[in-house]
Amino acid sequence: MECTADTVALLWMGRQLPLSPGHFTVSCFYYTIWNFIPKNLFEQFRRIANFYFLIIFLVQLMIDTPTSPVTSGLPLFFVITVTAIKQGYEDWLRHKADNEVNGAPVFVVRSGSLVQTRSKNVRVGDIVRVAKDETFPADLVLLSSDRAEGTCHITTASLDGETNLKTHFAVPETAVSQTVSKLESLQAVVECQQPEADLYRFVGRITVSLQGEEIVRPLGPENLLLRGARLKNTKEIFGVAVYTGMESKMALNYKCKSQKRSAVEKSMNTFLIIYLGILLLEAVLSTILKYAWQSERKWDEPFYNEKTEQEKNSSKILQFISDFLAFLVLYNFIIPISLYVTVEMQKFLGSFFIGWDLDLYHVESDQKAQVNTSDLNEELGQVEYVFTDKTGTLTENEMQFRECSINGVKFQEINGKLVPEGVTDDSPDGYMPHLVRVLLHQTLSAISIYTNTGEEELFLKAVSLCHTVQINYDQTDGPRDTFLQANGVSDPVEYYASSPDEKALVEATRRMGVTFVGNNGENMEIKTFGRSEKYKLLHVLEFDANRRRMSVILQTPSGEKVLFTKGAESSIFPHARSGEVDKTRVHVDEFALKGLRTLVVACRRFSAGEYEEVDRRLHEARTALQQREERLAEVFSFIERDLELLGATGVEDRLQEKVQETIEALRLAGIKVWVLTGDKHETAVSVSLSCGHFHRTMNILELVQQKSDSECAEQLRRLARRIREDHVIQHGLVVDGTSLSLALRQHERLFMEVCRSCSAVLCCRMAPLQKAKVVRLIKTSPEKPITLAIGDGANDVSMIQEANVGIGIMGKEGRQAVRNSDYAIARFKFLAKLLLVHGHFYYIRIATLVQYFFYKNVCFITPQFLYQFFCLFSQQTLYDSVYLTLYNICFTSLPVLVYSLFEQLVHPHVLQSKPALYRDISKNALLSFKPFLYWTLQGFSHAFVFFFGSYILMGEDTSLMGNGQMFGNWTFGTLVFTVMVITVTLKLALETHYWTWMNHFVTWGSIAFYFIFSLFYGGIIWPFLHTQDMYFVFVQLLSSGSAWFAIIIVVVTCLFPDVVKKVLYRHLRPTSTQKSQVIEAYPGTSCLDSACCFSEGKSGFAWLGRLVERTMSRCDLARVTSLYVIFYTSEQHLFIPSVGTPPNPTPFLVLSAVRNSSMQW
Amino acid sequence: MMASSYNAKEEDGHHSVSAASGPSAGPSAKSKKPDNTAFKQQRLPAWQPILTAGTVLPAFFIIGLIFIPIGIGLFVTSNNIREFEVDYTGVDASSPCFTCSQTYSWNSSIPCKCAVSFSLEQPFESNVFMYYGLSNFYQNHRRYVKSRDDSQLNGDKASLRNPSKECEPYRSHDNKPIAPCGAIANSLFNDTLELFYIDPNGTRTQIPLVKKGIAWWTDKHVKFRNPGGNNFNLTVVFQGTTKPVNWRKYVYELDTDPENNGFVNEDFIVWMRTAALPTFRKLYRIIQKKSNMTPTLPRGNYTLDVTYNYPVRSFEGRKRMILSTISWMGGKNPFLGIAYITVGSVCFFLGVVLLIIHHKYGNRNNSADIPN
Repeated sequence: MECTADTVALLWMGRQLPLSPGHFTVSCFYYTIWNFIPKNLFEQFRRIANFYFLIIFLVQLMIDTPTSPVTSGLPLFFVITVTAIKQGYEDWLRHKADNEVNGAPVFVVRSGSLVQTRSKNVRVGDIVRVAKDETFPADLVLLSSDRAEGTCHITTASLDGETNLKTHFAVPETAVSQTVSKLESLQAVVECQQPEADLYRFVGRITVSLQGEEIVRPLGPENLLLRGARLKNTKEIFGVAVYTGMESKMALNYKCKSQKRSAVEKSMNTFLIIYLGILLLEAVLSTILKYAWQSERKWDEPFYNEKTEQEKNSSKILQFISDFLAFLVLYNFIIPISLYVTVEMQKFLGSFFIGWDLDLYHVESDQKAQVNTSDLNEELGQVEYVFTDKTGTLTENEMQFRECSINGVKFQEINGKLVPEGVTDDSPDGYMPHLVRVLLHQTLSAISIYTNTGEEELFLKAVSLCHTVQINYDQTDGPRDTFLQANGVSDPVEYYASSPDEKALVEATRRMGVTFVGNNGENMEIKTFGRSEKYKLLHVLEFDANRRRMSVILQTPSGEKVLFTKGAESSIFPHARSGEVDKTRVHVDEFALKGLRTLVVACRRFSAGEYEEVDRRLHEARTALQQREERLAEVFSFIERDLELLGATGVEDRLQEKVQETIEALRLAGIKVWVLTGDKHETAVSVSLSCGHFHRTMNILELVQQKSDSECAEQLRRLARRIREDHVIQHGLVVDGTSLSLALRQHERLFMEVCRSCSAVLCCRMAPLQKAKVVRLIKTSPEKPITLAIGDGANDVSMIQEANVGIGIMGKEGRQAVRNSDYAIARFKFLAKLLLVHGHFYYIRIATLVQYFFYKNVCFITPQFLYQFFCLFSQQTLYDSVYLTLYNICFTSLPVLVYSLFEQLVHPHVLQSKPALYRDISKNALLSFKPFLYWTLQGFSHAFVFFFGSYILMGEDTSLMGNGQMFGNWTFGTLVFTVMVITVTLKLALETHYWTWMNHFVTWGSIAFYFIFSLFYGGIIWPFLHTQDMYFVFVQLLSSGSAWFAIIIVVVTCLFPDVVKKVLYRHLRPTSTQKSQVIEAYPGTSCLDSACCFSEGKSGFAWLGRLVERTMSRCDLARVTSLYVIFYTSEQHLFIPSVGTPPNPTPFLVLSAVRNSSMQW
Repeated sequence: MMASSYNAKEEDGHHSVSAASGPSAGPSAKSKKPDNTAFKQQRLPAWQPILTAGTVLPAFFIIGLIFIPIGIGLFVTSNNIREFEVDYTGVDASSPCFTCSQTYSWNSSIPCKCAVSFSLEQPFESNVFMYYGLSNFYQNHRRYVKSRDDSQLNGDKASLRNPSKECEPYRSHDNKPIAPCGAIANSLFNDTLELFYIDPNGTRTQIPLVKKGIAWWTDKHVKFRNPGGNNFNLTVVFQGTTKPVNWRKYVYELDTDPENNGFVNEDFIVWMRTAALPTFRKLYRIIQKKSNMTPTLPRGNYTLDVTYNYPVRSFEGRKRMILSTISWMGGKNPFLGIAYITVGSVCFFLGVVLLIIHHKYGNRNNSADIPN
């Protein structure tokens, strides 16, 4: 029968899919070359500010406005271009990455032979051949591999970062078709669900026609090879493409994450609206006043200034509207056009510093911090609540097997042997020589294992069989070799597991003599004390977070069908029918108290009849196309009951380093730390205590095991009362998942109240969604605090996405958390630097940036508004069009950008060592209404000084030049503009605390550029401009001595009050930040090196001389900085006498000389 | 003079990392380890000034000490300037130009003349600059400011024949293009002022008024040019154009001196530089100092002969004639001096206040009370 690949028809939920011959390239990215410009423009104009400027621009094109359309068109063009370049670049990176995938060569079975094509040409229904170490070009259903059993190993590192090998299966009916010719004779229909993004879900079925008989097989995630994953340990496979291009799961996962907006951005928008209000107010006021003036003809149309016919004849209403619009255009620069683009650049460029930070680099894992979104940088400085996962976040997630309880007897692992607890406790170690002790242990353990083969061996076998661990065959390339090797004294093979607990357990049993050798699809092989045993793997009941257990059904060598299950004690004990339940429960609690992670192991033996039913129901559920998950859950709970308890294991998870210090630092910074974990109560509390989350001195309140609503409410009220009575002591709260859901259902407010008065909260037994719920509860509470969630596993993803800032830990549990996070770091301890240093910096930088932008635009446009009062509200501009255009994009743009990239108010070490400084910026302190008002008023007052300073100077209508000639209106405007550019630049210089060479360069460079540009611009008769208003205006202005004096006095007058205010506040009401700047400037109070140090008692110029001498010679930095201490203390002594006799600068000169010498250091 | 610390920050903290990793972690191919550069680690050497009383104090005193003398100097300079102003609008019935101001019409061919007499109390020693001043005249009105054609004024032939649209409604008259076009040119100030010194014995001596050097050099020589280049026969050059509506003569009849005729007439250029504010002065003439012995304008009685052409009554304007000497800083302007003295004094005063604060609170500004 001639059946080619095309006969493998594809159906989606029963619908026959027409095989379209079109291309399926992945366009996970946003743009193509063709749609980039329109689409990007559309996206950008959806932004309110850009849209506003577009409207202004259009208004300028349509009506006769005071400024040419260029003045707003050019900045808009600039802003749009910069943003487009940035977005285009990011998209290009994605394109590049994707072209590699899309253009890769692929072998496809077509008309009976292998044809090479490109991966973008793979169509749904194609049979694709993939060789070892190649990536899959589309989502494939595995048909066959080079192995007889039809399995293959893959790694999904590029999808979710999990590096372990995963075994995927082909259905037995297709697994035999290992060659192209055999595949040709294959006839099958694959049905699968509509494409969805979840990487771990796939539901489908395959109907294979074999000799006229149709066999239906279920297809699950274990049959699906995802695009982007890589084939390992397998020579080649054949698979049929089911989702290609945009429909592949990888592509679906490229979707943009929901946009999180930072608090700064929200206040920025509020400010914008306020300014829009000011703008409208000014425009309305000007229009009204204009018409008030115009009512008299002598002002409206004096003989020297008649209207054109057109103006005379146009309708009054149209005139009015166009006047209003003209004023709008005239004042439109009060809305800072380049604010968004500067903020975007700042965020984009600034976020590199996180990735570059060596302190956030983890040497062992070679991981640096990763920024997934730069939109939230400043939010890192605003965090009030930290929600942290426990496992893998606070702890290493590096499991070490420690203890177990077998059939009611507690064992410890010592030197790779299981030792009953009583024995070790009784043997007083001190009396025995080391060698004897080891020997004794060995004999004891030998006895304990060999004599009690029954329960213990069963327990060990259960542990070594009940898992989904893979073995890495890399060195041998094929399982058989490993089997051979395993007969000798085998090298320790490496296990790969998705859960570190499983790995630790399997490794532990190997040490104890029960070695898991391999898994070849159908059989699991273990070696019990050298004896090889093969168990036929019948079913795996996978782990899921709701059931909290996993099981395997095996056929023992003797033919018995056994179920082994392991899971959380709460999910096993209720189903345990026999075994030492009570004793085990006690042991499990003891383990938990030691901070160990506990798992309970149980088994169930099936009779032949029972197994048949189990098998049938499992098959049904697995092949179901509808509600498969619900049905599976039902079947699982049917199977996992009547269990025989075997024992429990205790696995230790080491705390990460510096967790305690980090939590303490966060607490000092005023951040509340909540631990949300899935672990059991006792384990969680003990870890909480050991990591410093709970203190011994804390009064621990508990809200656990509440069964009913009323009970829960009662307990909550009791707790609230206790807190009120006992408010001196710190409180810690422990809540478990069930109680939490009760508390959240009815008594949210009461619960919040209790939580807020607790300094530490621990939530245990939490389901992933509950974690997110808790985060949302806090996030949406009336104060709207900024929340941060940090976690490493898939179970933290919902929490990470819910929180204002989500942080992923690059741990061992895959990369899901990292992929969904906003920032990813390698260790929990890095959180301290990320928040206290980077967060602080970014917040200060962006807050000042925003305020400054509004300030400088107020300065810019208010003189223009004031000028209207002197020109009959005729909308005459004060500044030339070119100045209007370039003010925001050239003259004042760079200093603030550089400031916002490099500013450091306080040294990072100080920030980190004094977490309390974080409180200085909490609650969006720098962008609250008061500072905003301060900056705005400052802008207005500076503008008044610029304008009226120039007005008084020129308005006296005297000549300012030595040759008696006069200036005109453009010179007046240029004077105001010059004063403004200098003042505005210097104002930022006053705010700058960290002067790198770049700050110097752009600050002085901007002013210099303004002068050079103006000279150039005014020095030429521009052929394409129709007015030459500015010709030599600037030169004439600078040739006037009075103008220079005026510029100096106006700049000083503007900045002087600001300096005074800063100094007074620093002295009278210093913030902690300001105090710590002083420490930093004069670090250390003790002398580090006597060679360059002097006791403070010595005074006079003798030591000064020596000081200079020694500074010049070999003194290292520590010594030089310690000199400052002396300067500082001595400055007062030196200074006071110099007041009485003002011109006595000697001490200063000496001091500065010494300083200069140290500057060159 | 600010307290500063140049932290060479490479020194602190990080050497342990690089030292520990040693050569193995150096440029090893695949390590993601970030570079330990001052830039990437945000450790660029930086100057970190702190604005404390101690550090800004010297600045305050210095500003005070520099500004006060400057202010006094400016104030004295300004005070030494002689300035005299006479309003000849003729609003009051008693004023000599009252009749002229009342009977004015643009079309009257007979110019109205009036003479205003005044006396100078003090002699004007150096060169004297004669200005005319207008009030309530909005040269800065937008419609007015843009109503000109710079390329026409720059001698562009095409613009001469076809002036810019901005000149409307003063663009063409009787189907001929107006040269110079626009509202500014049209409203050119056309009063003629003459100054006579009345000797104590009663003889009138006319004071020579120089009309060269009243416009910016660049305006006269670059920005404004007659069409036709070096062709001095301006009548031919301006053929086909007409005079502005309000003018009595053609632009090529403004002066007999070819260097000061047409577009490069200095009175015209001065007028074309629109004033910033509604009350303004424009330089009219210069009275050169003759010898070192006699003052340029000795004290005594003078007459200002006005050919009254320019109407200002319709917009309640005023016309003034100003005589002023000039220093290096321009005309009389006490504002700068006062501003410098004020700011300097305030600086000095605040310096004292800060000194007290520094002395009193200086020690409080310590690290001891930072919560940790």
